[in-house]
Amino acid sequence: MEELLGILRGLRPEIDFGTHEALIDDGVLDSFDIVSIIAEIADVFDVSVGAEDIVPENFNSARALYALVERLLD
Amino acid sequence: MKINVLEYLDEAAAAAPGKTAFSDGADGLTFAQLYGAARSIGTFLAKRGLSREPVVVFMPKSPQTVAALFGVVCGGCYYVPLDDETPRLRVEMIFEKLKPRAAICVRETRDMIKSLGGGCAVYDYERAAHTKPDGELLEWIRGGALDTDPVYTVFTSGSTGVPKGVVANHRSVIDYTEALSGALGFDGETVFGNQAPLYVDACLKELYPTLKYRAVTYLIPKKLFMFPIKLTEYLNEHKINTICWVPGALTMISGLGALEKKPPLHLRTVAFGGEVFPMRQLNMWRACLPETRFFNLYGPTEATGMSCCFEVTRDFAHDEALPVGKPFRNTAVLLLDGDRPVTAPGETGEICIRGASLTMGYWGDPERTGAAFTQNPLTSAYPELIYRTGDIGRYNERGELMFVSRRDGQIKHMGHRIEPGEIETAAMRLDGVTAACCVYDEAHRKIVLYYAAPEELKLSALASHLRACLPGYMIPHAMTRLDAMPRTPNGKLDRALLKSGLNNDHRTEDAVNGRTAGDTARVAT
Repeated sequence: MEELLGILRGLRPEIDFGTHEALIDDGVLDSFDIVSIIAEIADVFDVSVGAEDIVPENFNSARALYALVERLLD
Repeated sequence: MKINVLEYLDEAAAAAPGKTAFSDGADGLTFAQLYGAARSIGTFLAKRGLSREPVVVFMPKSPQTVAALFGVVCGGCYYVPLDDETPRLRVEMIFEKLKPRAAICVRETRDMIKSLGGGCAVYDYERAAHTKPDGELLEWIRGGALDTDPVYTVFTSGSTGVPKGVVANHRSVIDYTEALSGALGFDGETVFGNQAPLYVDACLKELYPTLKYRAVTYLIPKKLFMFPIKLTEYLNEHKINTICWVPGALTMISGLGALEKKPPLHLRTVAFGGEVFPMRQLNMWRACLPETRFFNLYGPTEATGMSCCFEVTRDFAHDEALPVGKPFRNTAVLLLDGDRPVTAPGETGEICIRGASLTMGYWGDPERTGAAFTQNPLTSAYPELIYRTGDIGRYNERGELMFVSRRDGQIKHMGHRIEPGEIETAAMRLDGVTAACCVYDEAHRKIVLYYAAPEELKLSALASHLRACLPGYMIPHAMTRLDAMPRTPNGKLDRALLKSGLNNDHRTEDAVNGRTAGDTARVAT
């Protein structure tokens, strides 16, 4: 989880990713952020996020995103 | 011959009153409703004494916003569309310059404009749109309108930190609408899927051709451009057959695997422009949609949107560049080295544009207008303006125009034109930041900001500060603190060194290390 938070903080240093639960619904992340997150996750965790997993539910919070990474690692 | 863009609206409302013109997927306006709302808004504004002046439209993207734009023109004024998510500081700068007397808002946006104070009256869209139209008044306004009167002013990034307003008139908008429609083959069956925001000239591609052909435009919700499968599902659900998008939006679909998982089924025309489309991505689109026509568009806001077009019919290797192609009908391109025309194949020159599509220049800025819109050096017999784009081009062996580079440091990112100076000025407004230099990392499509500041200055503080000053598309993707900026021997910022190095030696703990890993090209492979 720390690694993931590191990626997110690198992208958007001003956001508290530990507590934010509506990164998509509140318009915090934009399409460029999503593409960057997917690329960095691929790099750091060596998993590839498929198109079917790129949905708002998986990107609304760091926790949801981490759950996705864990699913992909299994 | 049309002399007023409203003639498109009149004809569409008479010929296809009940047909939907603009829809966001759930809510829509028919041509008759659009016509009615525009005339109501025009009457409302004219009755408040507004005439031949800018009226700000500050609304989220919706069919009603389109009605507000046409309504402003009905009232004999010209529209200034502003992004409803624009940070306050930028809105203040634009208002300071424009000093508008009226703005059309909705409930969610009116507080921001009201809080600015000044002499700007804030009018509610619903109230204006439900005014009883005064036919006689509107006819009188139309009778006095010329095709050289402004239709809109859109604000684009300015290198001194203050946005520039580009003023376009009826003649240039009509010229562009006709030329673009002919080149791309729009017709009554066209179903547009709009991606461009309504506050940039890019939305002209759908706005006026929709009226001209009684076609329909779906204003695609911005959030869908984050989720590729949802986006292609939306295209399929509404049987969208024509899209004119920035390459970044198309790459979102192809690069993340949505072309295979959920291919678009109805697309017959795909046009793109505003930045370079990575060839590998374009080839994925062409392989997936062999029957679809693909067009590369090129042109500056100062020539009303796009000026040139290239239909992609032959094969291109992944490392080949796509031509800009040929100018539209009634537009010409000159390649100039200073005032000397460049004729030898392969030789480079500045791309300059002439024709009726030229806009009128920058709002309230004769100096910058005079620098960019100059006398055609190929004649001295009569006055004729050309627009100097600042883009360097050359002709290839087939006689097609190729884009080579920018003459200055201007950045093209996600279809937006960004002056590094605007980002640098914003950064230096924060206490502690003593110098700033912004460069574009083309390989990773990232805006990179270097700044000089004491070590104590928190990166998060700078990030929050920039968010408060700049629109989202101008926010740097990587920020690196330096103790001091590298300078050239004569003391200027060494932009070239920062760009070539993006150099690791100068990085500090505070730097966003590893940020360059985020590579859209890598997603594709």
